[in-house]
Amino acid sequence: MRNRVLRDHATAYLLLLPTLLLVGVFHLFAIFYAFYISLHKWSILKESYLGLANYAALITDPEFRQALVVTVWYVIGTVPVGLAIALGVAVTLFRPIRARGFFRTLFFLPYVTSLVAAAAVWEWMYNPDYGVINLLLTRAGLPPLRWLLEPTGVFRLALDPIGIALPEWAAGPSLALVSIIIMSIWSGLGFNVIVYLAGLGSIPRELQEAARVDGASEWQVFRRITFPLLSPTTFFLVVIAVIRAFQAFNQIYVMSPNDPTTRTLTMFIFQEFYASSRVGYGAAAAMALFVILLILTVAQMRYGQEKVHYE
Amino acid sequence: MSDTPRPTLPGRPWRQRLADGLTYLALLVGGLAVAFPFYWMIATSLKTHEETMRVPPTLYPLAPTLANYAKVWEAAPFARYFANTVGVALCVTLGVLITSSLAAHAFARIRFSGSQAIFVALLATLMIPFEVILIPDYILITRLHWEDTYLALIVPWMASVFGVFLMRQFFLGIPTELWESAALDGCGHLTYLFRIALPLARPGLSVVAIVTFLGSWNALLWPLVVVTRRPEIRPIQLGLAVFTTEFGVYSHLIMTAAVLTILPVVVLFLLAQRQFVESIARTGVKG
Repeated sequence: MRNRVLRDHATAYLLLLPTLLLVGVFHLFAIFYAFYISLHKWSILKESYLGLANYAALITDPEFRQALVVTVWYVIGTVPVGLAIALGVAVTLFRPIRARGFFRTLFFLPYVTSLVAAAAVWEWMYNPDYGVINLLLTRAGLPPLRWLLEPTGVFRLALDPIGIALPEWAAGPSLALVSIIIMSIWSGLGFNVIVYLAGLGSIPRELQEAARVDGASEWQVFRRITFPLLSPTTFFLVVIAVIRAFQAFNQIYVMSPNDPTTRTLTMFIFQEFYASSRVGYGAAAAMALFVILLILTVAQMRYGQEKVHYE
Repeated sequence: MSDTPRPTLPGRPWRQRLADGLTYLALLVGGLAVAFPFYWMIATSLKTHEETMRVPPTLYPLAPTLANYAKVWEAAPFARYFANTVGVALCVTLGVLITSSLAAHAFARIRFSGSQAIFVALLATLMIPFEVILIPDYILITRLHWEDTYLALIVPWMASVFGVFLMRQFFLGIPTELWESAALDGCGHLTYLFRIALPLARPGLSVVAIVTFLGSWNALLWPLVVVTRRPEIRPIQLGLAVFTTEFGVYSHLIMTAAVLTILPVVVLFLLAQRQFVESIARTGVKG
């Protein structure tokens, strides 16, 4: 009997070995190593121990602060707007209509498209001179814009023509960042739609039908029944979308590599590490990103436990 | 699902018809907006350089030509990039399928001390953003002298916690009796795993395979960091990213390269839509 237990243990750990080794080294050990690096002056090689000096420097670094603000705008721009559009599309696609499969495939297509290729196309569409978006704007009688090349805040851009000059702090995200946000919403739409469709499919039809028979309007049915019953799906999507938005890299790297008004935390980390070889400092910024995400996710889980309506 | 129209309530068929009309209109407009970048990518790839520099731009190619495809093929080693990516993505996917299945079987069918703790520790790693492990992993790769090798692109990603988690769910769904009677007949763990469990868990394998392959195919940040001096081992996304910087003003060539880059995945997606959509709805993972 004892032999059997021993053999089971040996087998189990042998089966786990490849996963434990790889995940252990490249994920678990890596995170402690990242913390260790962040405590040092480290360019190509380790130079000297600094304690928490890198973190102290981060707090007063205006570029890091700007990266935080840009990231927050990026999250605000992609998550609520992106999910609202996805919900609208999903509710529409859920109606018994023709060609539903076709539209589902179409809306999903951007999601399987590589972000590098998609970003290259959008960059070309946004081109102020030869781009198709400005062509459509001018055809519609609107003024052309400079899109990815426009570092001015969108609120200021919107209010300038009517004579209101906003101060710097109220200028809002740059048009360049908003252009990237629009592209990111397009890219992630399919995933959100598919998950919302799955959520809609799990809501019992009887409730909605009963409300309709009682004379509730479609909007009331949506507002009072469908949307509350979808809250677990919405919650899941918000958590995933926030994590993803904080980690967005590929499209920003391709579309706007050097504009500080589009430099998110991820770009900041990458540039400190890759372009400036300030490895220790980059690692400290990465740890900051980790802590922010951890706090946000835990806070969302807490909130979810209280507010999300599970059947 | 069926296309049968919803039964209309008496007295409001016109409202029903109006709602349907608006639905189709909204879908059409939305669909056009979503599809437009694909159209623009293909249309530009069929234009000449002179035509792409026209102001205002032409909405469709005046004299469509496939010449750009030949030019792109010559301008950069895209065939090589493709071969690299297919090789890397296949190795990573195969590796993940094997390591995940082995680990998942241990968690699903063997009782051993530490099982719970290890499982939770593995799940916790899902919370770590890639940017955090990027720097330490790069340094580890340089210590191993793996920079600018395929090993750097493949080995670190040959295991996947998500894969273990998903395969475990599938294995737990297989009746225990199957394993018990197999064990009584003297069937070992590996024989059971490969002869009985894996064939039954095929849907799980395809989910893991699709998500892993897609993530590997579309990855940019890691290749960008570990492949710097040997252009011949670049995967396709890195090749395309470099190409867009080197050929900045030649949009017709960049769009052609973009079409080539997404073509294999789009074709694969159209052929296996159902599996793609279900896999991704289930997981929320993208590389």
